[in-house]
Amino acid sequence: MWDYSDKVKEHFFNPKNAGAVVDANATGEVGSISCGDALRLTLKVDDDTEVILEAGFQTFGCGSAIASSSVLTEIIKGMTLDEAAKVTNQDIAEQLEGLPPEKMHCSVMGREALQAAIANYRGEVWKDDHEEGALICKCFAIDAVMIEEMVWANKLRTVEDVTNFTKAGGGCAACHEDIEAILEKVLAEKGEKFDPDAASVVAPAKIAAVKAPLTNLQRIKKIEMVLESLRPALMADGGDVELVEVIGNTAYVNMTGACNGCQMAAMTIAGIQQRLMEVMGEFIKVVPASEMAKLVNIEVA
Amino acid sequence: MSDIYLDNNATTKVDHAVVDVMIPYFLEQYGNPSSIHKFADGVARGLKHARQQVQALIGCEHDSEIIFTSCGTESNSTAILSAIKAQPNKKEIITTMVEHPAILNVCDYLEKEGYTIHRMPVDKAGRLNLEAYKKLLSEQVALVTVMWANNETGTIFPVIEMAELANAAGVMFHTDAVQAVGKLPMMLQDTKIDMLSISGHKLHAPKGIGVLYLRRGTRYRPLLRGGHQERGRRAGTENSASIVGLGKACELALEYIEYENTVVKAMRDRLEQGITELIPHCFVTGDLYNRLPNTTDIAFEYIEGESILMLLNKAGIAASSGSACTSGSLEPSHVMRAMDIPYTAAHGTIRFSFSRYNTMAEVEKVIEVMPGIVATLRKLSPYWEGDGPVADPEKAFAPVYA
Repeated sequence: MWDYSDKVKEHFFNPKNAGAVVDANATGEVGSISCGDALRLTLKVDDDTEVILEAGFQTFGCGSAIASSSVLTEIIKGMTLDEAAKVTNQDIAEQLEGLPPEKMHCSVMGREALQAAIANYRGEVWKDDHEEGALICKCFAIDAVMIEEMVWANKLRTVEDVTNFTKAGGGCAACHEDIEAILEKVLAEKGEKFDPDAASVVAPAKIAAVKAPLTNLQRIKKIEMVLESLRPALMADGGDVELVEVIGNTAYVNMTGACNGCQMAAMTIAGIQQRLMEVMGEFIKVVPASEMAKLVNIEVA
Repeated sequence: MSDIYLDNNATTKVDHAVVDVMIPYFLEQYGNPSSIHKFADGVARGLKHARQQVQALIGCEHDSEIIFTSCGTESNSTAILSAIKAQPNKKEIITTMVEHPAILNVCDYLEKEGYTIHRMPVDKAGRLNLEAYKKLLSEQVALVTVMWANNETGTIFPVIEMAELANAAGVMFHTDAVQAVGKLPMMLQDTKIDMLSISGHKLHAPKGIGVLYLRRGTRYRPLLRGGHQERGRRAGTENSASIVGLGKACELALEYIEYENTVVKAMRDRLEQGITELIPHCFVTGDLYNRLPNTTDIAFEYIEGESILMLLNKAGIAASSGSACTSGSLEPSHVMRAMDIPYTAAHGTIRFSFSRYNTMAEVEKVIEVMPGIVATLRKLSPYWEGDGPVADPEKAFAPVYA
């Protein structure tokens, strides 16, 4: 089952403004091809002020579709049409305390129904401005249509390119096979062949710069810099960290203040190590300075 | 009443008697069955006994035809990949459109590698056309892989007859029987089935244990190579506790197979009759007269399955749905689509699957709460008005799809 927030559950189990508004003068009907869900939004708009007096929804869809519809009606009641037109799907998701990536399209459907209803009130015909495809990257919620468009537009050739341009594949990497399949398909349409070893379209110099090894002095300076940036967070918890020694790729630190003897110290150290590796782009081991004596003794022995 | 579990086609509770026989293999007989000491000397015997218990349930001729694997999926992958590796000149596979992803995704992958995959369609009741099947059988076909019973609707395919036809045409036959084993009596030695997959957790054994039945004489190539375990046909240290547990579970399944087809079936039938009588605009999917005794799949029109499940869950009832939303995929269940179930119904399918642990009192409770749940959601549905669907639903509500 999805990990729905309490807010989603609240709106699903006790939906607000369910049903059609009587005497509605604006209606928006949209569906999400992603899941077959569909929504009819009805509004009663004050003709003089353009304030939304009443909003009601009818939804054929899952828990998050119903919750998105419900929260949408709550958000827009009392707004003018101009204000309501600025409501985004992010606003809907935020009001629901977040949605699983696979369910973000439910909030998009809410926004589209709203825009369709506003257009309907103004006697315009609402046209959908984007196409939605199968969700490929779950870490950053990127779908197939988006990736395909970027591959076409920017002549992307590799998974790395796709990650650089869309973020897709930059997280857990589980979707790399799917991204390769898209590359294969698009490149075939262009009459080219997918080559996993093709050079990245991103300037190679930029990558090389990152790979250059650090001197020991540069390394110490950088570690100090990272620790400095982490210090405020540690001090907020009444602790601190101090760099004692750097030998090769190992940084010896003292956890002081509240960190000293804290059961979470090991986790904090692991967190520092992770941050250092991210910033420096090389393997760094962070070890409590108390371990240094043992090491030196062993080396001497 | 405590919570009601009606999702036994997804997985089952491990029988207490199964847990009991497993424990000594964690705490005492934990030696590697290949070792020569007292921590291991009972393990080989335990494995042999388990093999015989599985053999008795599926009625195969030799216990050496049983290969223990890690799950049903591994058994399925092993069977398909073995068939094509062992017969490199045959480039076609016959399967159905309604198989489990453990079959379909392997076939999709092989299609990319240049294999021709024949995916047989089904009719509105989920049945295959055997005349069309006969025409597909040829010397080019490496394998027929067809499920014994469908996981969503419980519909049973005539695999015994299909295996005979395949055999007569010189084609190897595999069946994914993870839903059927323990629910339908089998005597594999009287059939022409060459390979069959079993999953432990579908019949009250733990997760992480499965079986590939491999008829003696069937050409075979292992998926995992390494040690000599399972006569070199599936390398990797034996999951001894789970194997022993699966053995016990098979013994119990054999004992209860009549119960499944009488008492469990009666509960399923009562639920189906109760729900379809009380709730308008719902219908049972699949082949009603040829189904697993424990499964019913009911489509509730004009509402969506995940919403139904969430309200059922709130009422303490566990079931599952073929709606797109529960899986995060684009489409409603491929099984519902293959049966040509209309969109507004396919999204609202709920599968109730029973086990011997369920009771008639639980069934009555579900019948009691279900009408209210459906009514609540229909009140929210744009396809519904008052006591029935809006006139001409498809036209009355025609959203712009994005």
